Order: sequence, then structure tokens, then C-alpha cells
Amino acid sequence: MATAKAVVMNPADNTATAVEAIGPDVDVSMSIGGKPVTVHVVDPISFGHKFAVRDIRKGDKIVKYGETIGLATQDIQAGRHVHVHNLESGRGRGDK
Amino acid sequence: MKFMGYRRPDGKAGIRNHVLVIPAVICANRVARGIAEMVKGAVYVEHQNGCTQIGADLELSRHVISAHGTHPNVFSVIVVGLGCETLRAQDVVADIKKACPYKHVHLVIIQDEGGSVKATAEGARVARAMLAEASRQTREPIDVSELILGTECGGSDACSGISANPALGKTSDLLIEAGGSVILAETTELIGAEHIIAARAVSPAVARRCFEVIARCEKQATDMGVDMRGGQPTPGNIEGGLSSIEEKSLGCVYKAGTKPLQDVIDYAMPVTKKGLVWMDTPGQDIEQITGMVAGGCQIVIFTTGRGTCCGSPIAPTIKVATNSALFARMNDNIDLDAGAIVTGEATVAEVGHFIFDDMIETASGKLCKAEVLGFNDFAIHRIGPSL
Repeated sequence: MATAKAVVMNPADNTATAVEAIGPDVDVSMSIGGKPVTVHVVDPISFGHKFAVRDIRKGDKIVKYGETIGLATQDIQAGRHVHVHNLESGRGRGDK
Repeated sequence: MKFMGYRRPDGKAGIRNHVLVIPAVICANRVARGIAEMVKGAVYVEHQNGCTQIGADLELSRHVISAHGTHPNVFSVIVVGLGCETLRAQDVVADIKKACPYKHVHLVIIQDEGGSVKATAEGARVARAMLAEASRQTREPIDVSELILGTECGGSDACSGISANPALGKTSDLLIEAGGSVILAETTELIGAEHIIAARAVSPAVARRCFEVIARCEKQATDMGVDMRGGQPTPGNIEGGLSSIEEKSLGCVYKAGTKPLQDVIDYAMPVTKKGLVWMDTPGQDIEQITGMVAGGCQIVIFTTGRGTCCGSPIAPTIKVATNSALFARMNDNIDLDAGAIVTGEATVAEVGHFIFDDMIETASGKLCKAEVLGFNDFAIHRIGPSL
């Protein structure tokens, strides 16, 4: 397996996890379910952080490991950083 | 497959042969430490409990302290009390003697001895003899099916679910295939992944318990009227790229491997089933380790992405880094590196076997880094207030 800058854990995922610091404004190639995919990463992505591998609409599920990790609080274009600024947790929400 | 361990007279298997000095109450911490420091080779703990506790909270503290005394990794015990506390040292001694009549247990009460200096001297006098006796015990081959492994992840990062936790999951599977037991814990860090683990439950009753303990845990957060985020995931988790408790949990659950879930048990209660068992503990690392060890686990494997140093006073606590940069940066504290999975240089299965081999070697006597460095972290989960 060649060294990749980002990994997608499950073909259903709409996010990738950076395994080294990426970007900004670079093309990143990775494998999604065995298929090579290239995403233009717009934001700087720190090691361990996520970016969208396809466009995500406000209110859509954000998916990693093939499971929902939260909902998008705004539209997120492919290649943009996905984190607490645009992802809302659905669990343990006493404030809601 | 065998490891080299200590066979106790009641048939239980230990992997260490500690002389443990344990206070029954916070007020006896200094004397317990003084006793252990005066002799070579004793371990001690300190804690905040033992007085002005009532009901189930008091019972739980007593159980956890006594269960460290009865633990098969412990050869003999000195219990230190002040003399006027709620959790009486005499009761802890009685608990240990009842469960393990063969074990040498000594009681030191500071008020009866005439103060801390005399109590320390009395404890040290007895500890010296206990250590000499402990040194005469020898290891013998014991089947790995008698191991209970406690799994934990702390200081998680986004690689936890990619590298170290899946690898520890493989290790868990290998131990269960060999007939052993594995504890999955930290209920908070299973919120959002409960459906995955419940689907592997051996019965509808066990599956129902999975959802019940998660509901109770989540209610505790929601009852406080706040967003759990910031507490869970922690600020360090968020800095490391984890965006929600669901993401953290989905990474955490990998360390449970792929085997059926046999049982869901309460905090610090004994593990009686072979295979995978979920212990309902908080996500706080030290309370979790303490609960798993009280439940009988002889060894802990702890994955970390941000880095942690902690260790049980009586059970070897092996650290596994999720990424190689952490392994290099905190090499004094981290035993193993799963980072080769992230870079594609090793498979999850390869690293899982590597961790398994290290676990067997450590069970047979190799010291892990937390042991060499003298970590003795101990904290009992509180379920009621101090009064």
C-alpha cells in the first residue's frame, strides 16, 4: 500500500482524515473503496483533521467509518475542513 | 499458549507479586506512602475517599479498595486507617481475609499506633517481612485463557480509530480466541456506537443493557443542561481533529475487536465470563483503570493519540501510540507504536499480533514503562457526594 496523505475509512464516508498536514490548495489522491479519487483540498488541514470528499449540504449527515458523526450546520464544499465549526453533534445535548 | 505467572492458593492467576500498601481513607495517604518508601519493592496508592461517604457510594469505595487487596497480582497487603473514618480499615482487612484467607493482610491504625511516625515504622517493619516472603514465590506456566485484559483509550486523536484501536481490537480477538476475557469500558466513549456493540450481544437482554447504560450516561450530560462537547470530546481530542462524541466513540469501539458481547457489568464488579465484557465505567482514564482492575483484570492496554503516562499501581498498563510522531515525542512513556498502520507500512493484523506478543511477555514479567517509572494512579468513581 502506497503512503497516502489522507484515508477514507468506508466507501459511504463523505469525509477523509488527513494522516499528515495538507494544503491549502493542493490536490490529494486517496482510495475510496478501492477506487482512486482526487480531491482539491482548499483549507489547510492539520494532521488528524477531516475534509469533505464531496459537497455536503446544510443538515446532511457527516459520515466517517460508515456511520453518522454529526450533522452539517452549513453547506460544506468538497475539500473544505470539517470540524466543530461546521459539524454539530447529535448526542449529549443538554443545551437543546 | 502459556505465560509465566503466579498461581494463587485459590486457583487465581497473577502476573505480578506485589506487596500493596493501601489507605482505607484519604487521611492515611501520607503514612501509606511513607511505609512503601521505607522498603524496596512495595507499591502504594493514594486516594480521596473513605470518609463522610454514605450508602452505595461508601459501599463502592470499600469494594474497590478491598478488590485491590484481593487481586491476584497482589501477594500481601498492608491496610492503613486513621481510626475515626467512615470506611473502616478493619472492614477492608476483613473483606480481603474473607475472599483470600491465605493472604497475609496487616492492619495499621494511625491513632492506635500513636501517630504517623510510629504507624509508618510499624507498617515498614511488616512490609519488610512481606517483601522477603514475596521474593520466594516463583512463576509457573499458566494458560493465557486465564488472562483478563482491560482495554482503554485516552487522549484520543483522529488516528485512534484508524490505527491503535483496530490493532488492539485484533489483540482482543486473539485473546478471546485463546479462551481469555477482554473488558471494553468507558461508557461515555461509546455514545454513538452503542448500536454496533449491541448488535454483537449474545442475547436480547445483554443488547438491552447496552442501550440502558448509554441512555443513563447520556442523561447525566443532558440533565446538566449543557452541550457535552468540550468535556467529551475533550479540548485535546478536538485539537487532534475529533469533532463529536460520536466520532470519538466510533473510533473507540474498534478496540473491542469483533467477538460477541457476553455481558454488561457495573463499575468495578468482577468479570466472570470468558470473551468480551462491557464494564459500565466513566470515560475518566484513572477511574476506568481502577474499576477494570477491581473487576479482576491483570493487565491493561491503553491506546493514546495525544499521549498519556498513567498506570495502575498493581496491573501493568501498556501504552500504544496511534501515530509514530507521538511514539517518538513521548518515548519515555509509550511502549508500542501503531503508527505504521497510518502510513501503510504495516497492517492492523500485524500490529495486533505485535501487541499480543508484548502483552504475553509483559504478563510473564517484562516491566512496562509505567511500572518502571513508578506510576500508581488510582481513583474510585464516586456515585454520591461527600457530606
